[in-house]
Amino acid sequence: MAAAIILLRHVLPRTKCIATAYFQPQYLRSYSPVRRNFMQTSPAPKKARVTVTFIRHDGKRLQIQGKEGDSLLDVVVNNDLDLEGFGACEGTLACSTCHLIFKKEDYDRLPDRPSDEELDMLDLAYGLSDTSRLGCQVVLTKDMEGLEVQVPSGTSDARGS
Amino acid sequence: MRQFTKHGKIVWISCLKHSQSKHFGSPLIRLCRFTTPVRCHTIIQCAVVGSGPAGMYCAQRLLKGLERVKIDIYESLPVPFGLVRYGVAPDHPEVKNVTNTFTSILSEDRVEFCGNIHIGKDVRTKMLQEAYHIVILSHGADAERVLGIPGESTAKNVISAREFVGWYNGLPQNRCMQNKLDLECEEAVIVGIGNVALDVSRILLSPIDLLAETDITEESLEVLKKSKIRRLTLLARRGPLQVAFTIKEFREMTKIPDVLTIFDQPEMVSSLQSVIPDLPRPRKRLMDLMLQTSKATVPAAKKEFHIRFLHSPTSFNVDEDGKLCSVTCAINELHPETKKVLSTSSQNTIMGGLAMRSIGYQAIPLESELPFDVHQGIYKHQVGRLEGMPGTYCCGWVQTGPEGVILSTMSNAFALSGTILKDLKSMRIEEKPGLDIVKNYLSAQGHPVVSFEGWRKIDAEEQRRGKAKGKPREKMTDVGEMIQIAI
Repeated sequence: MAAAIILLRHVLPRTKCIATAYFQPQYLRSYSPVRRNFMQTSPAPKKARVTVTFIRHDGKRLQIQGKEGDSLLDVVVNNDLDLEGFGACEGTLACSTCHLIFKKEDYDRLPDRPSDEELDMLDLAYGLSDTSRLGCQVVLTKDMEGLEVQVPSGTSDARGS
Repeated sequence: MRQFTKHGKIVWISCLKHSQSKHFGSPLIRLCRFTTPVRCHTIIQCAVVGSGPAGMYCAQRLLKGLERVKIDIYESLPVPFGLVRYGVAPDHPEVKNVTNTFTSILSEDRVEFCGNIHIGKDVRTKMLQEAYHIVILSHGADAERVLGIPGESTAKNVISAREFVGWYNGLPQNRCMQNKLDLECEEAVIVGIGNVALDVSRILLSPIDLLAETDITEESLEVLKKSKIRRLTLLARRGPLQVAFTIKEFREMTKIPDVLTIFDQPEMVSSLQSVIPDLPRPRKRLMDLMLQTSKATVPAAKKEFHIRFLHSPTSFNVDEDGKLCSVTCAINELHPETKKVLSTSSQNTIMGGLAMRSIGYQAIPLESELPFDVHQGIYKHQVGRLEGMPGTYCCGWVQTGPEGVILSTMSNAFALSGTILKDLKSMRIEEKPGLDIVKNYLSAQGHPVVSFEGWRKIDAEEQRRGKAKGKPREKMTDVGEMIQIAI
C-alpha cells in the first residue's frame, strides 16, 4: 500500500502539472530539496484538487495542483517544485524558508490567523510583509482554487528591501 | 537552462556548458546543439572546505547549476554537518531536519564526503587550489571572542559558552570538559545576550527529564543531573532595545516549567512602551514580549532566570581556593544618539560560582598565507571572491562574520554559488585531477579518510546506541572510535 501511494505521489502530480516540473532534466530532479515521509500518510481517496500558482521572485510562474488538506509546503515538496531551500526544517516551525506572500484579499480569507510561533519565525524572514505566512502552516481548502502566492527572494541581495 | 525543441524532441542544454566549451560558437557546436547535449567537456572539480550549512547549501546550488561537476566536501572531523550537529541545541531537534537535505546532497553521485581531513594541517590549501578549479572555504568560526579581563583565564569555573555547547553536543575537542566544570554552586553568571547565551541558559535550567530525551551526550546529562544552579543571571552590555537574541528563543525561556524570567531593571523595560509602536514588526513583537514578561505577576518558582542590562564585567573574583565567587561589573550608559556603550564610574558586583562567556564566535584562517582581516575576523574578499586568489571563495561565517540563523547562511551560500557560476563562464577550464591527488598524498602518509559510507556506519551505530536509552542518538565523542567504526 505504502509503495502504491509513493508511486501515485510521484506519477500523478507530474502528469497533471504543467511544464516546469515535468520537463526538468533528470539531473535537476535527481534529488529533491526535501525528502520526507511523515506527511500524507493516509490514502484519503476523494480529496478535491486545488490549483495553486507560486510566483518566484524572478517572475516565473509555477502552476500546480494541490490536494485539499495539504499544506502549501506539502504541495511544493510533492511536486518537486523548483524552489531552492524551501522548507528546510520540514514544516516544524523552526525556520522561515517556506515564507510566502499572499494577496491581501486571499490573506484575509485564510481560515486561521498565524500563531505566535509562526509569527516568531516570520520575523526572521527576508522581505516580511503584512500578508506573509509560512507555507507549512497554510492548509489548502476547496475555496482556495486559483490561489496565487509570491515566493520572496531568500537571498541576501534582497536584504533590507 | 534553455529548452530547445526541434523535430518534436526536447533537448536540454546548459548555457554555461556552452560558454565554457572551447568550441563555443563554432559551427560544430551550433549543429549539435539541436541534436544531443554536449558530453565532451571537462568536469569541473570543486572543493568545499567544511560540511556545515554554508558548504552544503553551496554544493546544492552548484549541483543544480552545473551538470558536469565533482564536488568534494572536506571535513576536519569524521562526521559531517558542522554546527547543525555541534551547535544547534539538543532540545531543538526540528532545526536538525536540515540534515535530511544535506544527506541527500552527500549521497549524490557527483558529491564525495571526505571526512577526517583537516585542510591547513593534513593538506595544505595550496594543494587544493592546484588540484581544483574551485575551492570554497566554508569552515565557519572556530574560535571565540574573549573579554580580556583579570581572572578570565585563571579563575576556576570561568568557562566559554562555546566549549560548554561543544561539550553537551559531543564535540570531540570538548569531551573532557566535566573535569573543569563545577555545577555545585547555586548562582551562575552568563556574559552575553545572544541566542547562544539563551541556549546554554535553557540547558542549565531545563528539567532534566526533558533533556534526557534529546541527543545530548550521556556524560553531560550526568553532570547536569547533579547541577545545583537555581539562579542564573545574564549580563548585557547594552540596553533592552539592543538585545541580540531572537524572539523564538526568548519565548522558550519564558515557558520553561518552574523557571521564572526576571528583568532586574523592570523600569528599563517598561520605558520601552513609548518607543514600541514605531519599531519595525520583528523588533516590536520582541519588545512587546519582553514588556509582557516584565509585567507578569511573580509566582514562586524553583529556578530564576535574570537579565541585567548595561553591565560589562571588569574582573572575575576568586575565593581562597582560586574558584570564582563573584563578577565585578562596570555600569554602562548608552550615548543618547549613537547608542554606543559608555562606561560610568559606578560598579556592581554579582555573586556567582560559575561564569560563562558568550560574547560571540570568531573565525580563524585555515593558514596564515590566506588573506584574512583579523580585525573583522573574516577573509578579505569581494562578494565572496578571495582577494588575490582567483578560483578560491569564502562562504558563510568566514565571509559574513559569525552572525545569523541557518536561513542567512543559506542565502549567503546561494548568492555565492551564483557568483561562482558567473565566474565559471569566463574561466578557462583545463583538466584538473581533483580528489585523486589529495587521496594519493594522504594514503602515502597513512592518513585515514572517512567516506560517506563511513559516516553512515557511524550514524547507524550512534542511532543504535541512542535507541537503547530512548534518545534519537548517542553521539560518539572519540575521533579514534569513529574512525574505527567507519573504516
